[in-house]
Amino acid sequence: MTDHDAAPVIARDLVKRFGDFVAVDRISLEAQRGEVVGFLGPNGAGKSTTIRMLCGLLRPTAGQALVAGYDVAREPERVRQRIGYMSQKFSLYNDLRVIENIRFFASLYDVPTSVLRERESWVLDMAGLSGRGSTLTGTLPSGWKQRLALGCAMLHRPPILFLDEPTSGVDPISRRQFWELIHTMAAEGVTVLVTTHYMDEAEYCNRLVMIFQGRIIASGSPTELKQRAMTGALLLVECEPLGLALDLLQQTPDVRDAAVFGNVLHVVVQDAKNAIPRLRNALSQHGVTVTKMEPIRPSLEDVFVSLTTAQGAAGKA
Amino acid sequence: MRWHRLAAIVRKEVIQISRDLPSLLITVAMPLLLMLAFGYGVRFDIQHIPVYVYDREGSQQSQEFLKHFQASQYFNVVKTVDNYPTLIQALDAGACRLAIVIPVNFSEQLKTGGPVSVQALIDATDNNMANVSISYSEAVVQNYNREIQIDWLRRHGQAGLQPPLTVDTRTWFNEDLESTATIVPGVVAIIMAVIGAFLTSLTIAREWERGTMEQLISTPVTPLELMVGKLVPYFVIGLLDTALCAGMAIWWFQVPFHGQWSVFFLSCTLFLIVVLSMGYVVSVVAKSQLAASQTALIATFLPAFLLSGFIYPIDQMPVVIQLITHLIPARYFMTIIRDVFLKGTSIPLLLNDLLALAIFAILLTVLATRAFHKKLS
Amino acid sequence: MPAAIATSDLTKRFPSVLAVDRLSFEVYPGEIFGLVGPDGAGKTTTVRMLAGVLTPDSGSAMVSGFDIVREPESAKAHISYMPQRFGLYEDLTVEENIRFYADVFGVPRADREQRSRQLLDAAGMDQFTTRLAGKLSGGMKQKLGLVCALIHRPLVILLDEPTNGVDPVSRRDFWRILYSLLDEGIAILMSTAYLDEAERCHRVALLHQGRILFCETPAKLKTHLRGAVLSVVAPEPRRVRAALDGVDGVLNALLVGDGVHLVVDDATRRIPELRAKLQAAELPFDRLEEVAPTIEDLFVAATSGTDGKST
Repeated sequence: MTDHDAAPVIARDLVKRFGDFVAVDRISLEAQRGEVVGFLGPNGAGKSTTIRMLCGLLRPTAGQALVAGYDVAREPERVRQRIGYMSQKFSLYNDLRVIENIRFFASLYDVPTSVLRERESWVLDMAGLSGRGSTLTGTLPSGWKQRLALGCAMLHRPPILFLDEPTSGVDPISRRQFWELIHTMAAEGVTVLVTTHYMDEAEYCNRLVMIFQGRIIASGSPTELKQRAMTGALLLVECEPLGLALDLLQQTPDVRDAAVFGNVLHVVVQDAKNAIPRLRNALSQHGVTVTKMEPIRPSLEDVFVSLTTAQGAAGKA
Repeated sequence: MRWHRLAAIVRKEVIQISRDLPSLLITVAMPLLLMLAFGYGVRFDIQHIPVYVYDREGSQQSQEFLKHFQASQYFNVVKTVDNYPTLIQALDAGACRLAIVIPVNFSEQLKTGGPVSVQALIDATDNNMANVSISYSEAVVQNYNREIQIDWLRRHGQAGLQPPLTVDTRTWFNEDLESTATIVPGVVAIIMAVIGAFLTSLTIAREWERGTMEQLISTPVTPLELMVGKLVPYFVIGLLDTALCAGMAIWWFQVPFHGQWSVFFLSCTLFLIVVLSMGYVVSVVAKSQLAASQTALIATFLPAFLLSGFIYPIDQMPVVIQLITHLIPARYFMTIIRDVFLKGTSIPLLLNDLLALAIFAILLTVLATRAFHKKLS
Repeated sequence: MPAAIATSDLTKRFPSVLAVDRLSFEVYPGEIFGLVGPDGAGKTTTVRMLAGVLTPDSGSAMVSGFDIVREPESAKAHISYMPQRFGLYEDLTVEENIRFYADVFGVPRADREQRSRQLLDAAGMDQFTTRLAGKLSGGMKQKLGLVCALIHRPLVILLDEPTNGVDPVSRRDFWRILYSLLDEGIAILMSTAYLDEAERCHRVALLHQGRILFCETPAKLKTHLRGAVLSVVAPEPRRVRAALDGVDGVLNALLVGDGVHLVVDDATRRIPELRAKLQAAELPFDRLEEVAPTIEDLFVAATSGTDGKST
């Protein structure tokens, strides 16, 4: 049963339990056509488990998910035909040539022979490897391998794409080229779901879903999250001596959190306008020279920490 | 060598071993199973060879002749048939290993003074059993011949004739000629070789595989401390296993123990050092636990089984192979262990073998210490 | 003050690649030094050479006062090395792991108790002493790894990508512990592929294909970027990018999830120009403003300058 008007990916109260351990605790979300949605969270937060359920690889304990209109629990095979999946260390065979890898995956995805040639050159093009089909895959630099892996995952031109930590460790330029490709495909209508623990990578997503300990703790565009989700304001404080200033600030009631950040301090307060003059005073009274104290835009990591600390879930094993 | 570092390595290994249930089970269960398997499964004594008979005469005389086969513990007359095709089929199918055909004119020929040919068809696919069949058949026939001749002589008034030559046999060291007594002490040696090398072969490879080795080599710990620390627990386990197997040999299998316990434990210690060092070297050289365990088994089990004199006597092997066995530590240990159980001779006679074991122990220990480098390749 | 770590033309070659190419840098007591770069830049190889577990092909390195090539074992007594796959014994408890490393480094009994408690407290792990290391979460394992590395009093700490994949809260705890060590005069060198983590170090060496691109404080690093960085937040990022790419003064236009990330030659001059352009094209935007450049911006500018397109 498919409903062509519905969002390509719909999840409602998904739950996955492994024995006593609840890996995914009632996650609900939707992804629209052409949208790039990022699952952001540390290892063990439940991202991979959620993705595997959406791919039809893992049966949910409770809840429902419809991918490409098919129920993942009831018709996982149909789901898998309509998705592309690229895993973290994608299984390209290093001892096969580029074109041999492409042909192998084409046969796995049942790409019809009538379009095989066309798809092969499409993938080679995408990866920037046109004319280099006979190169041994193992000799390619990692950036090229990523793009080739992406191409191989898309050989059957699925409308939905799942990427699991696609560019961890890859150099920034290759990462940017990779994301160009993703955005191009999104513009053509492909729905892309990405999991990452890397905050910088999250910036490339249209919308982010922050996951921690199996639950969604925030959701919105990167800018929205940085603006709204942060409870409080972030200040940058440049001063001498740093250690003394840190101690003082941590004891100040106004201050929610204060930490060293390289050569400066990052301080979270309720309200920047009120806090700045008060903190300046407090510090100079104890002999600290403040050279700079200004509000700065929080990073996604700041947002993540403030949300998880707020929930009282900080530092649990 | 610093004591606290060595103690740290030993303590860690012991904790890890005690929490590794599968390996522990192997340590205890495998020796017991091997002892039982070899102790009961392997027999050299050949008895109750299945026999089919085709008695073409069926007379009283032929029946009496056949009784001699029946009476022998080496033969077991299973069936009597009345035609060749069935006999041949039985041989083909393996229902019998020996088929006897008694000719039509058996008693008549005997009365006139013979000779009479009794046909014996033998399945020689197992040449050992075939040889035994032949020898024992001939012995049965010889006995029967002698009886006939004595009987004839008596009837012609020449009683009381004695055969001119007899052999007075005395069996030393294994009076009951029990093959168990031969096999079981050897099994103890095989078990030690396998367990010792197998368990240690995993130890270094495991640390590399799990990633803990990289940090370990960045600490002041020396290769010698690492080796001794890791092998000490396995040495203790090895000795316990040996005691377990020796105990089983003596009390369960009733193998006699004539030698001295001191000699036994000295040789066990030396042999353990040899196999543990071997396992250690394998562990250092092999890149993964899988490769390590397979290499260890091949390097210790096969030579110990085939070339130590365990089942196949060394002096029956081609000269070249005999020379090669001098390089197999298990060979010396096998000699010692059989001696200690069955012969009980004194140390001076075993000195050569003990010395050989000691040399191997030293060589392998040096090799093991040298093999490990505190560096990523 | 003498350097705690000093390398000179450190080089390491592997069969198919020159992993580390004549690296020279210094790390002083009381500072956190970052070795930053993507996979394959030579970070892990460099850290391994400094830890004495990998022999360099040429060049030299002095670590905690000893020549790490000639006298590695003397140096190791004063070094703590935490490799990527921390050397935790998963089948030993937290306590047993700490005790093992304490013994290996010869920490006197008297010291041990107190230091262990102090470190576990700082790490928030005092409740977990009897838990098997294998059963800890990723963040806890990382903190335990650090505790084991600190149980003796090293002069130099070498960390290889210690915060990889760890949750941000544990990462914060980790950094807090690191900063507290600086008072003891320890020198910390840490490698990371997270370019944003570089900002937390006192000094950073940006590595690319085995070579150092820059080696300075994060603040100074950013001054190397020619031009300024602007951020445009808009509902239709692609169209905005199409409109602005190649326009005068725009050196680079990167598509991000909810807008465009631009590098321009002169912020004050170009901002009004670009606003006008977008308004003329009737492209809505929520924001167009200058933002602080990131280390990634610098990295990309530096490496595309030298190589052209990409690696």
